[in-house]
Amino acid sequence: MSVKHPFVPWLIVAWAGYLLLPWYVQEDGFWSMVWLFDGYLADEYYTSAVFHGLQYDRPWLLPIALFLALPFMALRYPRQHPNYARILILAGAGGLGWLAVQGLLIGISGWEFTAFESTFGVLDQRQYGLGYGALLTAAGFLVILTSGLAAAGVMKGDVFVTSAIGTVILLVTLFVFYPVSQILVSAFQTEEGYLSAGAFAESFTSSKIWGLACLSDGRSCGVAWNSLFLATLTGLSTTLLGLAFALVVTRTGFRYKKSLRLLTVLPIVTPPFVIGLALILLFGRSGVVTQFTADLLGLEPGRWLYGLPGVWLAQLLAFTPIAFLVLIGVVEGISPAMEEASQTLRGSRWQTFRHVSLPLMRPGLANAFLIGFIESMADFGNPMVLGGNFEVLSTEIFFAIVGAQNDQGRAAVLAIVLLFFTLSAFFIQRKWLGKKSYTTVSGKAESGLPMQVNPALKWLSYGTAVPWALFTIVIYGMVMFGGFVANWGYDHSFTLKHYSDAFALSWGEFGLVWEGQAWDSLWTTLGISALSAPLTAAVGLLTAYLLVRQNFAGKNLFEFGTMLSFAIPGTVIGVSYILAFNVPPLELTGTGVILVICFIFRNMPVGVRGGIAAMSQLDKSLDEASLTLGANSFTTLRKVVIPLLRPAITAALVYSFVRAITSVSAVIFLVSAEHNMATSYIIGLVENGDYGIAIAYCSVLILVMLGAIAAIQFSVGERKLRSARTVKAKNNNKRLKEQLV
Amino acid sequence: MSLDYKAGSVVFNKVSKRFGQVSAIDNVSFTIEAGQLVTLLGPSGCGKTTTLRMIAGLEHPTEGQILIGDKDVTRLPATDRDVSMVFQSYALFPHMSVAENVAYGLMVSGTAKAEAIDKALEGLQLVGLAEYGNRLPSELSGGQQQRVAVARALVLEPEVLLLDEPLSNLDAKLRRYVREEIRDLQQQLGLTAVYVTHDQEEALAVSDQIIVMNKSVIAQQGTPRELYEQPVSAFVADFIGDANLIKAELQSREGDFARIDVGGVNVQVPHREQQSGAVTLAVRPDAVILHADPEVTALTGQVTHASYLGNQIQYTVDSELGELFVIDYRVDQPVARGSSVALDFNNRGLALVAA
Repeated sequence: MSVKHPFVPWLIVAWAGYLLLPWYVQEDGFWSMVWLFDGYLADEYYTSAVFHGLQYDRPWLLPIALFLALPFMALRYPRQHPNYARILILAGAGGLGWLAVQGLLIGISGWEFTAFESTFGVLDQRQYGLGYGALLTAAGFLVILTSGLAAAGVMKGDVFVTSAIGTVILLVTLFVFYPVSQILVSAFQTEEGYLSAGAFAESFTSSKIWGLACLSDGRSCGVAWNSLFLATLTGLSTTLLGLAFALVVTRTGFRYKKSLRLLTVLPIVTPPFVIGLALILLFGRSGVVTQFTADLLGLEPGRWLYGLPGVWLAQLLAFTPIAFLVLIGVVEGISPAMEEASQTLRGSRWQTFRHVSLPLMRPGLANAFLIGFIESMADFGNPMVLGGNFEVLSTEIFFAIVGAQNDQGRAAVLAIVLLFFTLSAFFIQRKWLGKKSYTTVSGKAESGLPMQVNPALKWLSYGTAVPWALFTIVIYGMVMFGGFVANWGYDHSFTLKHYSDAFALSWGEFGLVWEGQAWDSLWTTLGISALSAPLTAAVGLLTAYLLVRQNFAGKNLFEFGTMLSFAIPGTVIGVSYILAFNVPPLELTGTGVILVICFIFRNMPVGVRGGIAAMSQLDKSLDEASLTLGANSFTTLRKVVIPLLRPAITAALVYSFVRAITSVSAVIFLVSAEHNMATSYIIGLVENGDYGIAIAYCSVLILVMLGAIAAIQFSVGERKLRSARTVKAKNNNKRLKEQLV
Repeated sequence: MSLDYKAGSVVFNKVSKRFGQVSAIDNVSFTIEAGQLVTLLGPSGCGKTTTLRMIAGLEHPTEGQILIGDKDVTRLPATDRDVSMVFQSYALFPHMSVAENVAYGLMVSGTAKAEAIDKALEGLQLVGLAEYGNRLPSELSGGQQQRVAVARALVLEPEVLLLDEPLSNLDAKLRRYVREEIRDLQQQLGLTAVYVTHDQEEALAVSDQIIVMNKSVIAQQGTPRELYEQPVSAFVADFIGDANLIKAELQSREGDFARIDVGGVNVQVPHREQQSGAVTLAVRPDAVILHADPEVTALTGQVTHASYLGNQIQYTVDSELGELFVIDYRVDQPVARGSSVALDFNNRGLALVAA
């Protein structure tokens, strides 16, 4: 049964946030409780909003009390009364609006906009980032608003569903749309801080980005062309290679199909520059292959690996498994009946493949291409390690921010170019391919065997896929092996030095000492990943639940917003987070919180997709049955939907945990000395030429991830819908009662 | 028996429901008396399921008012309504045992676990499945699953029990048995039950009242006998049992009856306020009498199809009234295909309907 006034607890929370908790962010970190013992309300830095307003000349915080007082008036009306809804909506929307406006107008140095300064005079006081108090007050306002909307009949009066939608919208706005919009603003800003279209046009059309010098003379082209060329090349080649793999696995009698399928797991557990490192060990100036051929043929060891060929090779190794994964689904999705029909109509196996199977695969192939394209565009690790003089957008963005130039405007412009490419690909994928699905498998059980491909195609597929699979194995072998070699290319003696440098332990005066240099970043990585994984899964699955099970105005936009961050390259996210969260009202850079938030919203789309797929298979009448039996929608979610979604939950947890560990492109902007992540630490090692330790660290990461996957799978468990009991249970009421009570 | 039912009535007062531009229910009003089993009957897309879901609270009306047990529940969500529903797919929670399924509604409404399980077992007893509490739904047959769904709805002692095509997933033989069981249970417990089906035979068999719906509005409400014998419209006549719809001429009215000329044959039917002139007459297939001698009446026809079905022969007869569908139980006197016949009518199977 529903509570009479569900918003009341949240109103109390909001008041507590306003009256009792520190309003601004605490320098000592989110979990530090120093403020409690060090002056608390008496100290300006630790005090709550109401004292800031009354005592410390921040009168703009006082009207919040007004919005917090309003909901009490609503209590005078019954829930059905229109005024009840009106008052709550006014209080919630007004409160949130006021919080946002005052936060954006008044910043770290008074007025944020010079126009206000000339109108209202210089402001003596300043604001810091929002802290606990503001967080709770905002949460309270949100629930008050959604309760009001629910009372007005939105979502059939369901407060939980309305609040959930409100929460997800607010979060996506804050952590996806707001930062991305900051990029736009920044790109239009001149160095003095004025908005100017000219400034944007100038940097946007720069020949550094769009130059075509490589066509006329030997100089290099603009970064945009480089990226576009690389991405197209990678997209095409991964698709073809992926198709070869898919055909081998599904349409030939190849004996090691299962092992080939294992390849699809690799990109998930591979830190982004592992492949680049392995390629260096093989083909770099002191690489095994280079040395061998140099000795054999008497050639000077070349530097061909550093540049387009190396980056392309690394991306091909890294992303082919993804294309493979996509195309297995596509090839298996072609109904055997289609091919059998073609064969009974006297089509040969080649004709059937050429005129029936291949056309049916076309949207799938396009999809694989676009995914390869987006991945290549967004890739940061490989160009970073192997790029040499070959510059691409994602690395240029990084150097614009961290290099000597520290030019945020240029970074923003480059980010817009990159975003333009990936978003275009994303749109094409959704709009054009969305309508062109040739899925031929229906719900009906179909018999019939998938057709084997003709011998020529079979040997072509074998010829591409098998050597490539062996090459991949060699690459990963290098990674495992490279950590035990003293100095690659010069001294190939066995050593544990790299591992002990990174992960040494010893007993000291105060117990265990984490001596190795890698421990700090490893623990930070594990901690932050472990924290963000369940949050990501929760937000993702909640969003999926709303999208599949609820109907509301603007649902398509809502879905688009949650999927958008999938198409935003990590470097762009990184830049946008720096631009948006370096200054109040949300001051998050340098904290662990920003890393957690970044992971949640980067990895959320996969949770959403997985959740949507899983939930679409659950009969909606299960939810409705639960509702008509008197459970509210929250109980229904908890007791019916979630238990049935175990596999999707496992997948979301594993994925977000592992992605948080392997992610580098966004992270590299957001790490700080205090919160350094494994991947950015390894980048540092690579830049210093410490390949041994870097590789040792990578192998440890891979093992840690495999262990974590196993652990999550084990702890969340399998969904059990069919018990093994077969004996008829007779007269067991008593036993049953004992069991259940 | 500790289960205790307070059956409630259901009132729809000018209820409309629109999904965007599409109108699912258009200004519908009806009353369902407490303790009755009422069927919502109609072709797919007529709005019957939407009506049921609005009683459950799974949909809310765009306009109008809904009362259950004299309380206004128009804006009340499903969770807070005192009704429960048996779903077409049964919607048993696959991850809970049968007993947990039945106890679910009690537990989420705050009943202590021990008591909930006790009541659940009692509910299972009611449908004859007391020994199956430990099983998972997947370990039961379709008919048993259906009974668990009924028990799960019943243990909440709802004011109104809703059934959404509860028999559609059962095979034909089982269907008759289960519908009798549901009817017995409803009468034994004195429940108000609202039953959705598109099967007119099922509706006739179980209902106190039938509400026939067509194109978002109510076509007719009445007892099974009223609907079959006095359909108000051509649609109802054709939907409940088969009917030949024939244009005829009303000649005169005497008392409650009207004399009607059907292609030269005179019949008498209740006039139902129809005035003289052209009228539409619904003729049940078994109300057409075939005479092998074509001279017997003024109306003749020719048999174009004849199918022998064991207990009856079905004929298609081409006559000046158009093509007629005829059922004849005199299987020992078959009429050969192609032969000419005279036609006559049995007054009991005729009704005047609005065109």
